[in-house]
Amino acid sequence: MSNTFLFPVVSPLGPEIFLAAVACCLVIFDSLFKEQRNIFPVISITGATVTTLMVASSKGLGFSGMYNVDGFSVFFKIICLLALIFTVLMSHNHLKVLGVKREGEYYSLMLFACIGMMVMASALDLIVLYLGLELMALSVYCLVGIQKKDKRASEAAIKYFLLGAFASCLFLFGLSYIYGATGTTSLPVVTSFLTGEGIKSNPAFLLGLGLVLIAFSFKVAAAPFHMWTPDAYEGAMTPVTGFMSVAPKAAGFAALSRLLFEAFPALHGNWVLPFEIMIFLTMAIGNITAISQVSIKRMLAYSSIAHAGYALLGLLPGTAQGVSATMNYLFIYLFMNMGAFAVIVLLQQKGLAGERLEDYKGLAKSHPVAAGLMLVFMFSLTGIPPTAGFIGKFNLFVAALNAGYTGMVIWAVIFSAISAYFYLRVVMLMYMHEPQKEVAIVRSGALSAVLVMTLAGVLIIGIYPNDLLHLAGMIFGK
Amino acid sequence: MEYGFPILSSLIFLPIIGAIGILFIPRKEELEVKRFALLVAVLEFFLSLPLWFGFDKATHLMQFVEKREWISSWNVQYYLGIDGISVLFILLSTLITILCILVSWTAITDKIKEFFAALLFLEGVMIGVFCALDFFLFYIFWEAMLIPMYLIIGVWGGPGRLYATIKFFLYTLIGSLLMLVGIIMLYLKGGHTFDILKLASNNYDFKFQMILFWTFFAAFAVKVPMWPVHTWLPDAHTEAPAAGSVILAGILIKMGAYGFLRFSMPICPQATQAMMVPMLVLSVIAIIYGAVICLGQDDMKRLIAYSSVSHMGFVTLGIFALNYQGLEGAILQMINHGVVTGALFLSVGIIYEQTHTREISDYGGLATVTPIFAGFFLVFTLASIGFPSLNGFVGEFLILLGGFAAKTWAGFLGATGIIIGAGYMLWLYQRVFFMKVNEKVAGVRDINLREIITLLPMLILIFWIGIFPNNFLSYMHVSVTHLLDQVNQNSGLVQTGPQAFLETAIRLIGG
Repeated sequence: MSNTFLFPVVSPLGPEIFLAAVACCLVIFDSLFKEQRNIFPVISITGATVTTLMVASSKGLGFSGMYNVDGFSVFFKIICLLALIFTVLMSHNHLKVLGVKREGEYYSLMLFACIGMMVMASALDLIVLYLGLELMALSVYCLVGIQKKDKRASEAAIKYFLLGAFASCLFLFGLSYIYGATGTTSLPVVTSFLTGEGIKSNPAFLLGLGLVLIAFSFKVAAAPFHMWTPDAYEGAMTPVTGFMSVAPKAAGFAALSRLLFEAFPALHGNWVLPFEIMIFLTMAIGNITAISQVSIKRMLAYSSIAHAGYALLGLLPGTAQGVSATMNYLFIYLFMNMGAFAVIVLLQQKGLAGERLEDYKGLAKSHPVAAGLMLVFMFSLTGIPPTAGFIGKFNLFVAALNAGYTGMVIWAVIFSAISAYFYLRVVMLMYMHEPQKEVAIVRSGALSAVLVMTLAGVLIIGIYPNDLLHLAGMIFGK
Repeated sequence: MEYGFPILSSLIFLPIIGAIGILFIPRKEELEVKRFALLVAVLEFFLSLPLWFGFDKATHLMQFVEKREWISSWNVQYYLGIDGISVLFILLSTLITILCILVSWTAITDKIKEFFAALLFLEGVMIGVFCALDFFLFYIFWEAMLIPMYLIIGVWGGPGRLYATIKFFLYTLIGSLLMLVGIIMLYLKGGHTFDILKLASNNYDFKFQMILFWTFFAAFAVKVPMWPVHTWLPDAHTEAPAAGSVILAGILIKMGAYGFLRFSMPICPQATQAMMVPMLVLSVIAIIYGAVICLGQDDMKRLIAYSSVSHMGFVTLGIFALNYQGLEGAILQMINHGVVTGALFLSVGIIYEQTHTREISDYGGLATVTPIFAGFFLVFTLASIGFPSLNGFVGEFLILLGGFAAKTWAGFLGATGIIIGAGYMLWLYQRVFFMKVNEKVAGVRDINLREIITLLPMLILIFWIGIFPNNFLSYMHVSVTHLLDQVNQNSGLVQTGPQAFLETAIRLIGG
């Protein structure tokens, strides 16, 4: 060991550092420019866009191999950044409608959360992974509770925080076992230990691995660790809910894929059965419970649990094909779910208005365009062609069937059919009922931009998915 | 065979583009919306005529083929083509859509734009189903069809429409998704291709064929619908608006039977043969069960819906007789059923628009009030029960020939269905058109010119197919022979002289 201090290679972290700088600027500007509130979303969007461009061209190992910017992590980072951009576009007007002050704080938290996710996607060291996880989680807790005076928001934030903190503890606890068994936190080194039989059957190591996986199951809201989701989703502001349903989930999946597929493929036999049970439960609870919801946000919360189940299906086989199917699915889910939330934001007023399912009655008559958009997103979430949702599911089913998980695919298919019931109920309310009361729409250019982009995403990927499939396939050198 | 002009693509996308175009017409211009929709449908019909005239009847190969790379990562192609099995359905679709637009002219008063857009979109997608030669492409069309149909029943349907439409959607979706699992398994096993012709040329082991057969069965049997998964049909038919019922009866439920012909039989020939008897049993049950249930109906549309179950039982009987007569009869009967049942639903829709009741007991003596309408309805009724010289007779006759040749009991039991069929249809006619004039229908006007134009093409087709069936059967001969060759390739069951047998049959009928 040399005693000289080598400055670590930081260049792969360029985008993260830049985004952090932007986030810090937002905090400072918050107290400097109290009156010009319009600058915050502009700065956030610009920052996020520049970061996206930087991410797209970044590559390499940083911090002595603790940080890996590869095609895989870039893909997930782009999902998170796009989610960030969509959310910021949705938020500006909505914050005004709800009368939320402290915009600089709001946007900077969102940026910090995104940095956490990017760190998670690239982490090659369990401690770095934990740093990313906490940066993301703490920011999102605050975002959920940003409406301090709102009882539901505070309740949601507390619940989310307690369960999230619990999950973090499990992660650290598991980490300690892994460290104890191997003496390192570096994933490649841990992986290299797995060539010997000794570690593979070491119960302490397996326990550690199990705890770490459970912690991420919390983050992606897989049953039976999904309990926090409905309350947190319902209590948070709608744009934040949209953000939570896509970005932290993608980051969780990034970490899970990295662990299962890259770090512990040798242990496939150990985790595959618990995973099958978990996927089954996730799809069952998500889809069946969604049927009985009266709030559209709660319904979409359960739907997001169900979609986590489908996405996990791709990780089950432990093949490159499966992981790329999951990545594709999350990318597609970004568009369709963000689109659905954007329509909710469009209709939402202060209080509960626009959040109950019955507010959607007769929407096709009063606001045909909004109803038409919702229709497309609902069919896409159900997985009906020619929308992107079908392509995503198809891809997952091919990967799972190719690896021989026929039973799981049949369950997924049955639960998809069940899910049609509650997605189509929204369509039914919009098109097949008479309007009951006047529903006002809050139009804004930014929101329209989100709707146009998500609609385009859903339809283009649905009709011509070749480029996306090619991209995700290329990451694994197919 | 390649064809210079991409005619099939045009047929698929003209109505879809038309549907999008309609959405841009201002909401207030109701008449313009209808005229535009009609214009698109008529153009579409003329565009489909080259298929009738340009079709080469001497080959079983796919014609008017279009083939392009689409999703290269999965080896999915944009691959279209038609043969003798599919060509007539496309023509029927383009014709029926025009009639649907005409019958909806004044019946649809709410969300007019959306209705006609959904109808045109549906047309394009339906034609896609019949043209697709890539399994993935086929599935896209097959599923995309659900969206407009779900809306047509649910938005513009009768009082029980919400229940009916979700039932329709869920039944069909579950079946289709199971088929999707089968498609993917086939894709993985059949050399990572979705090309139907290539997939059909492979030999799969018997167990795999059986798995495929049942996954396909899940989708197609629901669509046909075969007993016991038929229960969505009476609800959907009854609650759908007239145009919806006509499309359902005329085209949509034919797709199930078409699926058996296009996919199940060529891809899993041995499984098809092994499953022949169970399928025949299900068909016979559907024939008799559907007919008996008809006797107890007091709602006109429901009665016709159950008669569809019975008639589609004939179709599956013909298909799974697995011989030449049965197959040709089945295909022709699919067309016939589309024409006759479509015409019956059009008629009920026309009269419902005035009376707003479907209860048979609310009618009576219509023959004196609306004589022209009664005349039309009589022909449709007779065609439905298989009166000689009308189209229903030819199809049912061929199917029963095939049925007797395959299994005597199947032919015999199937024939009883015709007898019951005559019973319920004539009884319906009697209750609605004869007897004392019910005061509820006393003031009903006779049908007007638009309505006559709506019904006339069906009337012409009924006589045309009835008297000159060979004009239609000649499209299928070669393709059906080829299909039978495919089914029999590995089984040792060789059919002898189908052509001779058929010629006799045709002469008997007088074609």
